[in-house]
Amino acid sequence: MNFSILIFLFVAVLTTFAALVVVTNKNLVSAAMWLIVALFGAALTFVLLEATYIAVVQVVVYIGAIAVLIVFTIMLTRRSAEKEPSGATKQWPIAAVLSLALFSGLTYFYLTVPGTDRLAPVLDKELNMVSALGQLLVSPSGYVLPFELASVLLLAALIGSIVVAWRK
Amino acid sequence: MADLINVIENWLNKLLLGWGASPGLTQFILQALGSVLVVLICFMIVIALIWVERKLAGRIQDRFGPNRAGPFGIFQSFADIIKIFTKEYITPQGADKVTFNIAPVLAIASVLAIWAVFPFASNVIGADVNVGVLYIVAIGSFGILAILMAGWSSNNRYALLGASRSVAMLISYEIPMVVSLLIPVLLAHSMKLSAIIDTQRPWWFILVVPTAALIFLISSMAEIGKAPFDLLEAESELVAGYHTEYSGMKFGMFYVAEFLHQFTVGALITIFFLGGWTGPMAAHWPILGVIYFFGKAFLVYLVISWIRLSLPRIRIDEMLNLNWKFLIPVSFINLIGVAVADRILLDLEPPRWLYVAVMFVLNMLILLVALYLSGKSQPALEVEEFPHRPVAVSPRTEKSSS
Amino acid sequence: MQAYWVYIGIFLIVALGFPTIAVTLPALISPRKPNRRKQEVYECGIETKGNVRVQFKTQYYIYALLFLVFDIETIFLFPWAVSLGKLPLFAVIEGVIFIVILLAGLVYALREGALAWS
Repeated sequence: MNFSILIFLFVAVLTTFAALVVVTNKNLVSAAMWLIVALFGAALTFVLLEATYIAVVQVVVYIGAIAVLIVFTIMLTRRSAEKEPSGATKQWPIAAVLSLALFSGLTYFYLTVPGTDRLAPVLDKELNMVSALGQLLVSPSGYVLPFELASVLLLAALIGSIVVAWRK
Repeated sequence: MADLINVIENWLNKLLLGWGASPGLTQFILQALGSVLVVLICFMIVIALIWVERKLAGRIQDRFGPNRAGPFGIFQSFADIIKIFTKEYITPQGADKVTFNIAPVLAIASVLAIWAVFPFASNVIGADVNVGVLYIVAIGSFGILAILMAGWSSNNRYALLGASRSVAMLISYEIPMVVSLLIPVLLAHSMKLSAIIDTQRPWWFILVVPTAALIFLISSMAEIGKAPFDLLEAESELVAGYHTEYSGMKFGMFYVAEFLHQFTVGALITIFFLGGWTGPMAAHWPILGVIYFFGKAFLVYLVISWIRLSLPRIRIDEMLNLNWKFLIPVSFINLIGVAVADRILLDLEPPRWLYVAVMFVLNMLILLVALYLSGKSQPALEVEEFPHRPVAVSPRTEKSSS
Repeated sequence: MQAYWVYIGIFLIVALGFPTIAVTLPALISPRKPNRRKQEVYECGIETKGNVRVQFKTQYYIYALLFLVFDIETIFLFPWAVSLGKLPLFAVIEGVIFIVILLAGLVYALREGALAWS
């Protein structure tokens, strides 16, 4: 199992480094490229956790759609994507304090809440996780209401984006 | 003998273990060998395909095609490779160097990586993961990214315009492609590629869901970006699209990626709709399965080439209308129809041939109604009437008449 | 299961490594004589004037947004499709409702003309 820990350490360092570059890089498109590296690192972490469906979804949605959307947005809003903004805004101390608070909160949560050091139960090898997820999504005792609500939410997003972005 | 590949694998396994390698290392080496082998085969296929494609294009367009290097010009590709290896790399001023160099590598890697999950025969399966179909979709999204990176980093107007155009097209056509991929998943009740092929044992999915297969073919052709969907590199408008500024082997990578993508689409259609490696005797002789797999993929490749060599380029508005007003609604309605019909038929438990017949009729009905409705909603093309004009007019008379 | 993902990992490295070698090899043997004229941005012989990053069409942005919505929709539909054999009919209908709600959005977009090329 040492090998997988080694891989995890590599992935974790890569993801953190990429995320750091995203917030410090002044070139917006470069930052977007590094964001993709960070998102891919997150997907790799999911693979290491054997949450393969989530890993693939991470790539399809975040890299396939959201990253493209972000790059499009940069091209759309900035006539010259290479013209660098003046760097960090004056709000960076607030952001630093907030993220530090979030980090310490999560660490505190991890250390105090019981059960975080317990290993996850071994899953039944025969269990098809994706099929089980599908059954849960549409069963009335499961998540059918959130499932349909997600559809309505997506519809609202669709209509909203057209109303905002589309001018005749 | 019947099972050549596994025999070799077992032999290598024993050999390495005999040398004192640990089982983990042995497995690692075998997997590395397997992936290098698959990647090499992919490159070989492309070298052969480039010649086939050029010869075929020549024949269809009443030309000879390559015919100088070797008999029938079969060494043309090798000559091209030697030439492209000695070409100078030119990086335009103001280009983002790192992104500029990563883009071609990413473009071809995004196609190659799909081959990791392909089942080539009953026992020659890559990674048979339980999210195989979504893995293919996920890897495909890196190709979009590569195009965006290439277009943006070139510091060229045409490249940027071409890239944003092609990305808009690729993401539009990815919707019907993914939705039509949902249908084999739905019929097989699994995202595993091996399970999808097993479900197609007697009846290939192209007979069960022909509409889904057709939509997948059309949207995949758009994903390849060749004619009739090659408006992203319309020479007269955009030079060469997103790879305008690339030269030498970097351009070669985009070129190879395009050919490999077309063959990969052939392989995908083979897996999802043409039964994969199945065929007579393939279950007993896995090596036959490999031959069937590549044979079918090659046939689909030829069909795509045939279509692209026969049809003219479509306009961008036509391309978008085809997608948003036809392919997406039809694919979703087809999905609804197949899902409900499959569920009802599962309870009734009809013989398999009846199930296939009902599904086939349902699919064709949806397709025909959609074609009828879209034909009706479209106003008839107004053909401009040209005044009669004699073929040969002397310049003088023309001037005086106007 | 995990062996498969190790294989995919190795495959990804090979798939990235191979083209990298193919791209770097010519850099060693090919000539390298850069000059200013050669490195100019290609614009059919005309000198590039003004900013290269041209104004971007809003249309593209709408396509990307719609793609995002439909992409997430298909992500929801994949587990539903996989488990279809084990679902009762009304659960299948729930999935159908999910699709129909979003198709209504598509119809709205088409009616607004947001998807037409202008």
